[in-house]
This record gives sequence, C-alpha cells and structure tokens, in this order.
Amino acid sequence: MAFDIRKIRDDFPILHQDVNGKPLVYLDNAATTQKPLSVIDAEAGVYKTINSNIHRGVHHLSNVCTEAFEDVRKKTADFLNAGSSDEVIFTRGTTESVNLLSSSFGETFLGQGDEIILTEMEHHSNIVPWQLLAQRQGVVIKVVPVTDEGELDMQAFTELLNEKTRLVAVTHISNVLGTINPVKEMIVLAHAAGVPVMVDGAQAIHHVPVDVQKLDCDFYVFSGHKMYAPTGVGVLYGKRKWLEQMNPYQGGGEMIDKVSFSGTTFNDLPYKFEAGTPNYAGVIGLGAAIDYLKNLGTKAVWEYEHELFEYAVKQMREVPGIRFVGQAQNHTSVISFLLGDSHPFDVGTLLDKLGFALRTGHHCAQPLMDRFGIPGTVRASFAFYNTREETDSLVDALKRVAMMLG
Amino acid sequence: MTIKEKQQEVIEEFSAFDDWMDKYSLLIELGNELDSFDEANRQQQNLIEGCQSKVWLHAEMNNGKIEIQGDSDAIIVKGIVALLLRVLSGHTPDEILETDLFFIDEVGLKEHLSPTRSNGLVAMVRQIKAYALAFKAKQG
Repeated sequence: MAFDIRKIRDDFPILHQDVNGKPLVYLDNAATTQKPLSVIDAEAGVYKTINSNIHRGVHHLSNVCTEAFEDVRKKTADFLNAGSSDEVIFTRGTTESVNLLSSSFGETFLGQGDEIILTEMEHHSNIVPWQLLAQRQGVVIKVVPVTDEGELDMQAFTELLNEKTRLVAVTHISNVLGTINPVKEMIVLAHAAGVPVMVDGAQAIHHVPVDVQKLDCDFYVFSGHKMYAPTGVGVLYGKRKWLEQMNPYQGGGEMIDKVSFSGTTFNDLPYKFEAGTPNYAGVIGLGAAIDYLKNLGTKAVWEYEHELFEYAVKQMREVPGIRFVGQAQNHTSVISFLLGDSHPFDVGTLLDKLGFALRTGHHCAQPLMDRFGIPGTVRASFAFYNTREETDSLVDALKRVAMMLG
Repeated sequence: MTIKEKQQEVIEEFSAFDDWMDKYSLLIELGNELDSFDEANRQQQNLIEGCQSKVWLHAEMNNGKIEIQGDSDAIIVKGIVALLLRVLSGHTPDEILETDLFFIDEVGLKEHLSPTRSNGLVAMVRQIKAYALAFKAKQG
C-alpha cells in the first residue's frame, strides 16, 4: 500500500493545531505517540456501548466486553507471532511488565549471588526494578558497556555470560540513541549458556516487525502508548514454560482459582498475572492500534520512517555546531544531538516556542548520559505521520536557535 | 527602588516584545550579562538541582540587606536567575519575605513556575526566601 501521508495525518486530530502561534510539529514520539481516531473511537466506544466488568458477568454486556478484550489478546499474540495467546499478559505498561518480571521471575528463580546482565543503554525502567530485586535477594547486576558509536560491546557481553548468569534483560532499541541492538544474536549466545532473555521492546514494537518465536526471546515487554494505543496498557509476552513456573505478581480478583484462609490456589495463564479489573477499555484501544499498524504495514512503516530519518540526518548536518550522540549502524528514527555547548534545555525551550515538541534531558537513561559525559541531549524522534516538510522546518528552526544561543 | 517598582520595570521591558523569541533573546542577553559567580560558592549546599538544569544561589548579608549571587548551566535559566536577582537582591529579609512575585506571570514566564517544570523556578524562589528567613532569624 502506498504511503499516503496526508490521509494518514488526517487520522490524527491532535496534529492539526497551533502551538505558541506556530503549527505543531510533534517529534517526541519516543516518549509517546499520538493516537489515530480509530483508537480514540475504540476506547470511547467501550464506554458508550459495551462497558461492563469482564470475565465475571453472566449478562450480555459483560460477555460482549469480555469477548472484545480477549479478542485483543489473540490479536496481540498474532501481531507478535506468539505461540499461544495464553503467553500474552496485559499490564499497565512496559514499566509494570518489567516490575512483574523482576518480582515474579526473581522470586522464583533468583537467589543470593546469582547474576543478571543489563546494558549501559537501558531505560531506568529496566534498571531500577532489577536493583530493587538485587537489594531484596542479593542478586548481582552486571552491565554490558556501550561503545563510542552507541552500540553494545558484544565482546564484553560474551565475557559477562557465565554459570552464575540467570537472566539477560536488554532493550531492543535504545530510547536515546535509536540503536537497534543485535538481540537475536544475544539470545543465541545467552541460550547457548542456558540463560533466558527478556527484551524491552518499548521503542521497537511500533518501528520494526517483531516475531517472538523467530527471536526466540523468553520475554518481550512493551507499552501501548508508544504504539499509537491508549496509555495505561502494556504487554508482557512470556514463554509458557517460564510463566507457568513463576509465582504470581499481585494478588486479587481474577488471578485466583479458589480462595480460602487455609490456602489459595491460582488461576491458569494468562489470568494468574492479571489481578484486579484490567484496563479493558485501553486493551480494546490497543487492539485498534494493532489493526491500524497492520493496515499500514509494519514493513511500510519501517521503510517510510527510515527514509525520513536518513533525510533528517542529512539535513540536520547543515546546522552549525550540531553534534550527534550515537551513530550506530542499525537504528530507528531517533536522533539525539547537541548544539555546540548549548544546554539541551535551552534548545528545547526555544524550539517549543517555535512549535516543535522535542524531548530534552537525560531521557530516563542517566547511566548512558554518564557514559557519554553529557548532562543530556535534545532528541527528535520521528513517527510515520511526520513529514519531510516538518524536517525542513526543524532544520530552519535549529539554525535560528543555534544563532541565538551561539 | 522597591521590589514592586523593580518588578514593574521588568514587566515594562518585556512588554516591548510580542514575539516569544524576542522575549527569550532578552532572557539570553540577561543571562550572558549576569555577574560571574564566585567559584568558591559553587558548593553542594548552594545547588538547586532541577531535572535538567542546575542552578546555584548564594546569599550574603551586607548592612542588613541580602546580596544574592546566582548561576545556571542553561542560559535561559540563567536569564531567569538574573531577573530574580535584579528584583530581590539588595533588599532586607523582611522585604523579601513579604514580597509577592507578580512579574513572572506578567512577563509570560508562568510556565516556568509549575512545580514540576524542570528548571525549578519555584525552588529558586523558595531558596531565596529560605535564605531571607535564616538571616532574619540570625538578626533576632
């Protein structure tokens, strides 16, 4: 299908507005993406037509709502090419997925002196839950360093894997640098050492086609809101063999089989990990987002974004004093940069006044900032609804800002 | 000049500009012109660490009046620091404690006042008032 950018932009009502008297150019897609009308309508539609608590009711609305919710589980499993929809757990987002895993997998499989491997380019959400686990259970965290180009040091990774390693938790794509990590290769290496791998797909799921069986990852986590779905919904994909053995995360409704004060038994997968009434309206919105992405075609999205990225980098090179942070061979449409010695905050503030929404700061990846010895970066992250014209106007704005701050 | 008069003067200066970029150009200019910060005072206790930019504020008492020095690693924030110092520095603790800082809102910098805003203007004002309170307590 040809990429009709005008038509696509019409699907996103939020893009058509002025900010500070200038047309909005939204380039903060790595933080969150905007929602197409079909997603907004799907979530609103739940409340307008089928709202009812799922899984328990015998009445009509509850059945319809439950079915819509469970259909999305199948749709998500299909989108990921998971072996079974039982392996798809709905959470509140990537952060909760990682916390669930660090808690349940950690409690079940990790003990004093066991090691887990993270990388220097992880988002805080894939660092802090493991640090809390390390404090609780004496688990040791090992960190794969990042090279000057912003890639993982694979040699170091190989050396870190040893008989004490119990898990590797790595981001598929860096939220700061856009680096696409060689997760397939890492999984092969880890599995050869008998170590399972969790992939943080928060920055990947909407940019690159993901096939969890082909990847052979043990866990894959992501958020809805970064893939054009509503906020407050996320996914933990896990191989059945792990999920079945793992202790539950939170206790409450739905996750139980039988409750008594002499002992409670737990429900089967996936419900064992879904305590309490889930965000079914958000999940149904996620289903609409998957439909939207599939309709565009994940490959077509990737190609369009990649071409836009190449164009943007080429144009941005003309901005005096620009320094790109991270120049990995494989990357998505995320560009981190600095303008001369200007503070990222100054650049971001002025760009905001010109109508541009970019991110500045450490991007919740302080270890990576420390690695590069910088306080933060300015980050432009592109989505398929961004255009070459927007890129051109960004370059003009950057030239103006560079002059003001220079 | 009283704090109130100084604030009105700042508002006057900014009212000459309709365009945001011109207002920020002025802030950048003010930031660049701010008296250099005494390196001896670049200490942890004088640091207000926002999410993104750092601000240093140091206060001394001279003849009953508080003299404040400030700095930031972000030039726009430094411009805001310059405005704050211009308005508040050189006044007595009571004058500072009693003051209502209306100029921030009036010159259109209100967004920087939000408590979650990364440059922490709220934290700066709180810090200056804390210095004033401390000096007042010392005076007895």
